[in-house]
Amino acid sequence: MHFKARASAAAADKALQAKLATAKGLFVEGRRRAVAEIDLEATREASKAIRNRCIANLDLWLERFEEEATRRGGQVLWARDGAEICRLVVDIARRHGVRKAIKSKSMLSEEAGLNAALEAAGVQPVETDLGEYILQINGNESPSHIIAPAIHKTKEEVAELFERVHGKPRKTDIGEMTREAREMLRAHFLSADMGISGGNFLVAETGSVALVTNEGNGRMVTTLPKVHVVITGVEKVIPTLEDLATLMRILPRSATGQTISNYFSVLTGVKRPEDTDGPEHLYFILVDNGRVDLVGSGFQDMLRCIRCAACMNHCPVYQTIGGHAYGWVYPGPMGAVLTPLFVGLENAIDLPHAATLCNQCGVVCPVKIPLPDLMRKLREQQVERGLRPWGERAALTFWAWLARHPALYGLAAKLGVRYLSWLAGGEDRIRILGIAPAWTDGRDFPAPEGRTFRELYSEKHR
Amino acid sequence: MRVGLFVTCLVDLLRPRIGFAALRLLEAAGCEVVVPESQTCCGQPAWNSGDRRAARLLAEKAIAEFEGCDYLVAPSGSCAGMIRAHYPELFADDPAWHERAAALGSRTYELSDFLVAVAKLDKVPGDFTGTVTYHDSCSGLRELGVKAQPRALLAKLPGVTLTEMDGAEECCGFGGAFAVKFGDISARLAEKKCENVRASGADAVVLGDLGCMLSIEGKLRRLGDEKTRVLHIAEILAGEP
Repeated sequence: MHFKARASAAAADKALQAKLATAKGLFVEGRRRAVAEIDLEATREASKAIRNRCIANLDLWLERFEEEATRRGGQVLWARDGAEICRLVVDIARRHGVRKAIKSKSMLSEEAGLNAALEAAGVQPVETDLGEYILQINGNESPSHIIAPAIHKTKEEVAELFERVHGKPRKTDIGEMTREAREMLRAHFLSADMGISGGNFLVAETGSVALVTNEGNGRMVTTLPKVHVVITGVEKVIPTLEDLATLMRILPRSATGQTISNYFSVLTGVKRPEDTDGPEHLYFILVDNGRVDLVGSGFQDMLRCIRCAACMNHCPVYQTIGGHAYGWVYPGPMGAVLTPLFVGLENAIDLPHAATLCNQCGVVCPVKIPLPDLMRKLREQQVERGLRPWGERAALTFWAWLARHPALYGLAAKLGVRYLSWLAGGEDRIRILGIAPAWTDGRDFPAPEGRTFRELYSEKHR
Repeated sequence: MRVGLFVTCLVDLLRPRIGFAALRLLEAAGCEVVVPESQTCCGQPAWNSGDRRAARLLAEKAIAEFEGCDYLVAPSGSCAGMIRAHYPELFADDPAWHERAAALGSRTYELSDFLVAVAKLDKVPGDFTGTVTYHDSCSGLRELGVKAQPRALLAKLPGVTLTEMDGAEECCGFGGAFAVKFGDISARLAEKKCENVRASGADAVVLGDLGCMLSIEGKLRRLGDEKTRVLHIAEILAGEP
C-alpha cells in the first residue's frame, strides 16, 4: 500500500475536498442537531457499557445467539477469514441453485472480496444500496466511506455514469436519477434467488439481526428471495432487545444525524407458514477475520465500534484526502486503527501516523473508543518491532538523549536558533527549510526571534 | 503560591517573548514563579512517535524538576496535556513513579486555564486594540477543557473585540511530526484554518500553542497575507514589557 502517494494526490484534489465538504456539512451538522435531543454523555456511557459487556463474554453471547437463531430455523456458520466467507457463501449458493444474489450493504463482503468470488462461481452479485450500485456499475469501484460509499462522486458524475451504463437519456435531478436506478434494480429484486446483507447488531436473546438502512433495499434483499445470508463480524452481538433500543438511540444520530433511520428491521427466524413473506432459508455467517485476536489485547476497545462513521465524518484528515487513500475497506480514524490490525502492522505502516491526534474522532465516538490512543499504541508497536525507518529512529533517539543533557541541549538550541536565523536572512520567515522541506513546500516557517529563552533568562538572572 | 513555569521547547527556541509574557502574567497574578533552568522538553514528540522509553525518561526528568512547585504552568495546551493526561499512562507499571506523575499532573495547567481557574487574575496589562478571533488548539480544548478561559481573559482587554470564526475547534494541521511526515495534508488543513481566520475579518488570530502558531502564521504568510497577526494568548494579555 502506498498511502503517502495516494494521500498527496488527494490532498491536492480540491474537487474531492469540495464533495467531502458537502458531506461534512450534512453529517456533522446533522449529528450536532440530533445528539442535542438526547442526554448524549449518558447514552455514550450506556452504549459503551453494553458493548463492553458483550465483548467481555463474547463466546457466551455468541453461543446464546447461535442457540436462539437455530431454534428459529436459522443456521449459524463461522468464518475465520475472508476466504472462508467466500467459500461458505458460494456453497450456500450452489446448494440452493442460486444464479443471482442481491446485496444490501455489507462491509464484511468488502473485506472478503465476495463479489469477485461469486462471479467466479457463476453467481451474479447485484448491489442494491444506491451508493454501492453506483460503484458496482462503475467497474466495481471500491467504497470510500462506510455508510456513504459513493461520497466521492458528484451528481454530475453519477448522471454521466447512468447515461452510459443504463443507455437512457441523461437525468439531472437526483429524484429522477434515483427512480431510474430503482427501475433498473426492480428486475433484479424480483429475479434473485438469494439476498445477502450485513448486520448492524445481532441480538443474542432472540437470535435476530438488526438492520439500519435508509433506502428500503435492505427490506427487499432480506425478505424477497428464498435464501437470506447475513454476513457480519462476531463482535456485533449484543445481549438483549433492550440493549438494541439503547444503541439505536445513538447509532443513527451519530451516523447520519437522524433520530431514526428510514428503515429499521429486526429480522428473526425463517418464514413461518402464517407469514406472508420472508426467507425460507436463513444463514448467519459470523466472521472472525482478525477480531477474536483483539479480545484481551491492548486494542479490545476497538471491538466496541458500531460502524457509524462519525469518526471519519469529523476527521480533518479524512475530509482532506477521502476514503480511497486509506487503501483498504475501512477509512478514517477507525480504519487507521483497524486496517493495521487486520492486514498486518507492516502492511499499513503509514496509517497510524496519518492523524494529527486532534481527538475530534474520540469525542464524537458513540461508544467512546479512544481512537488517538489506539493509533499511538500502534505507533509503539511499530517501534518495538523495528518497523520505523532507521533515520527517524536515529534522529529521535539522539534528540531524546540530548534533551536529557540540559547543558548540551542548551548549546544545541543556541546553535540551532542561530542557524535558523541565518536561513531567514533578516526576514521574519524561512521560505525553504532544508532540514524539513515538507514543511516549507506548503507554507513558510516563522523565523525565530534570535536567542533562546534560556539564554535570555539566565542573562537576566545572573 | 509557587508556580513552576514550563517554558516548552518551542517557546524556548522560537518565541522567548511568549515565555517572558507568561512569566509577567503569573507575577501579575501574585505568583512566585520559578523557572528550572535544566528544563528541556516534556517528551511528547517521543510519546507520539511510539517511543515510550524515551518519553518516560523525559517525563521522569520533568517530574523531578517541577514536583517541588505548587503548580506547573505551561503556555501550551499540548505540553500541559501531555503532562496531565499522559504522564500517568507512561508509568502504569510503576506505582511509585505513577503516583508522582499523577500528583504533578493534577497540579499542571495550561496558562489561560491557570490564570482563570487558580490564580483568578483580575486585571491584565495588555493594551491590544482591534478585532481578534481565537483558535482552539486540539489538546487544550479536548484534553484540558480550555475554551472559555482564554475568551474570559480576552474580554478583560478593553480594546479587544472577539469575533468567532467558523471551525474554531478544528485542527490547524500541525500535529507535531505529522506536519513533516504528511506535509501536504498538513498544509491543506492549515489553509482551511487560514481561510476561516481571514473570513472572520479579525485583525489577529490568538491561540495558545506554538505548534498551531507556526502552522497558521506560516500558511498565512505563504498565502500572501502580511496583515493578519498571529498572537499567543500570553503576548496579547501581557502586552509589551
